[in-house]
Amino acid sequence: MDITEFLQKISTTPGVSGYEDRVAEIVVEEFKKNSHQVRRDALGNVIALKKGLNSGPDSLKIMLAAHMDEIGLMVSKVEEGGFLRISPVGGIDPRSLLNQEVLVHGKKDLPGVIGAKSPHILEPDEMEKGVKMDKLYIDLGLSEAQVKEVVSVGDIITIRREFVRLGGQMAAGKALDDRAGVAVVLQCLQELQGLKHDADVYAVATVQEEVGVRGAIVSAYGVAPDMGIAIDVCHGDMPGVPEYRTSFLGKGTVITTGPNIHPVIYKKLVELAEEYRIPYQKDAAPGPTGTDAWALQISREGIATGLVSIPLRYMHTSVELLSMEDIKHSARLLARFIAAQKQDGLKELTECF
Amino acid sequence: MLLKTLSESSGVSGGEQEIRNIIRQQVSPHVEEAETDVLGNLIVRKKGEKEGPTLMIVTHMDEVGMIVVGFEKSGLIKFSKVGGIDDRVLVSKVVQIGPQKIPGVIGAKAIHLQKPEERKKSIKIDDMYIDIGAGSREEAEKKVKLGDYISFITRFEEIGDHCAKGKALDNRVGCAVLIEILKKQNYPYSFYGVFTVQEEVGMRGAGAAAYRIKPDLALVVEGTTAADVVEVKKEGHVTTLGKGPALTIMDASVITHRGMVQFLKKLAEQNGIPYQIRRFTGAGTDAGRIALTREGVPSAVVSVPCRYIHNPAGILNLKDMENTVKLVDVFLKNLPEGGFNNEGID
Repeated sequence: MDITEFLQKISTTPGVSGYEDRVAEIVVEEFKKNSHQVRRDALGNVIALKKGLNSGPDSLKIMLAAHMDEIGLMVSKVEEGGFLRISPVGGIDPRSLLNQEVLVHGKKDLPGVIGAKSPHILEPDEMEKGVKMDKLYIDLGLSEAQVKEVVSVGDIITIRREFVRLGGQMAAGKALDDRAGVAVVLQCLQELQGLKHDADVYAVATVQEEVGVRGAIVSAYGVAPDMGIAIDVCHGDMPGVPEYRTSFLGKGTVITTGPNIHPVIYKKLVELAEEYRIPYQKDAAPGPTGTDAWALQISREGIATGLVSIPLRYMHTSVELLSMEDIKHSARLLARFIAAQKQDGLKELTECF
Repeated sequence: MLLKTLSESSGVSGGEQEIRNIIRQQVSPHVEEAETDVLGNLIVRKKGEKEGPTLMIVTHMDEVGMIVVGFEKSGLIKFSKVGGIDDRVLVSKVVQIGPQKIPGVIGAKAIHLQKPEERKKSIKIDDMYIDIGAGSREEAEKKVKLGDYISFITRFEEIGDHCAKGKALDNRVGCAVLIEILKKQNYPYSFYGVFTVQEEVGMRGAGAAAYRIKPDLALVVEGTTAADVVEVKKEGHVTTLGKGPALTIMDASVITHRGMVQFLKKLAEQNGIPYQIRRFTGAGTDAGRIALTREGVPSAVVSVPCRYIHNPAGILNLKDMENTVKLVDVFLKNLPEGGFNNEGID
């Protein structure tokens, strides 16, 4: 499947943290076409194995992790009149929710709208204030009785958003954090079909990253790889944010360094990007990277961990914007990285210290 | 003095190369094995007269500091904190950047140029820069790389009455204690000495080392807060300089093993070693990770009180350090062959 088509498909599919099954189904199907076996673990992580040349128990193991969950909402109360009160799942900015269209996953999927007073009836000072979660409600256009037949407290809600192709190679939509990373992993598997690699590659679409990198914790333990690379999004350049805190859209994949990252993995990624002339940018993270890499690094006896990111604007809104070029460059770099790793390179990971 | 060398070396979390090399050089002649794991922990094994319970003595070698995150056109350097530092202490300090130790200063707008309301506010890290004297971004990037670690430059000095001043006493004092112990003659039982990485960014190294070693018990050696200063009421002192090593009952990361703590107290009393109880339940140490590794590990913490930790200049009492060495020494000499298991827990 073409990678933009794939991204469009998974972007528009609901998959809030803990409820990733519908996205997982699509991911399983596409990973299967490019790997030897695919399984799901107890938390729901999708784990595909693409075996290396002469694969055996001593083969080098490389894990790629991109999370497939998205932030969303949960029904907290059915109010009189059938309006739904909501709680956040993951870090969602209530100011981005006003008058959004949503899908409430009750006994069936119900379309709805987050209510917003029209300006005519707003109090003069109301417009000056930020939106608070506890003031928001969903209107399903149904009576209270009809709502109660289908919707219960605890039901999950996703924001509805079509995937939009913009000028150049740009695209926008919801949940590109981190379905874009999942797309990178798929594209990497596709590229590996044409490359020779010794390493067994475990491509993992993780669950529950947005509520505390939970899928990565158990999948890293389960796979027990020698090297792990997380693929996630990072903040893209935009007005009002200092340049040193962002990366440029369309200028290539972002390679991160810092305490979360193994120095040899960082060095190799940079060297391979140079060697294959893959556009890249560098980033330094002072502590937690806020990605699956944070969990990967300290699994079991420790895993040599890297982080490759795609610059993305408006993170955690429903109009996240990125360049498809950056996805392709990231995938190419990962494929080249995997192809370059040999069993005897493992020594360097401890001897470098 | 060993502590001087350790304190003046660089080793910000994730960039422990220099301090690790110094420690390795110090301990290698005295231990059976010395190796690094994939996170950079330095793990050594000290041979004993025989094999007893699997013990690891753990001390972290990293320090809080900063990291280069960007460059201005002017050649000034943007930085972020690695580990917990109060922004307000950064202004007007001298630092060293990267493996080449490029010196720089953290400047601030002269008080003459500040508006009256500006003077009342603390200066935030987003408004700070490091000046290495470069005239342009290109010139700065020749000397300094994105992701280079930054540490304070603070000269170590003995001051006052048996006190010493320096940076990174949390936790180079713990390293000094463990190095002294490893240099001693053989103990009854073999044990592991672990110098961990990345404690200051979330106790990242210790769990991996414990997973690998599978210890029966762990003793963590730390530099802990001493707030026995003017401006702090006595009940908030946590520990007091000069009153001996501090034993932890609990902090935010761990409830220490009661049997081990009782044993340490008894040993201190029998051997005339002063000790104190750490009077605070906040903050954490590597023991928090170790205690929760695999099926659980009985853990205790012995600390040297240090004033102004996580600051460019701290102060400790050298007698507290010596007494901590003594306490760990008698602990190793008297360690029960069967370890602790559930002793003291009912």
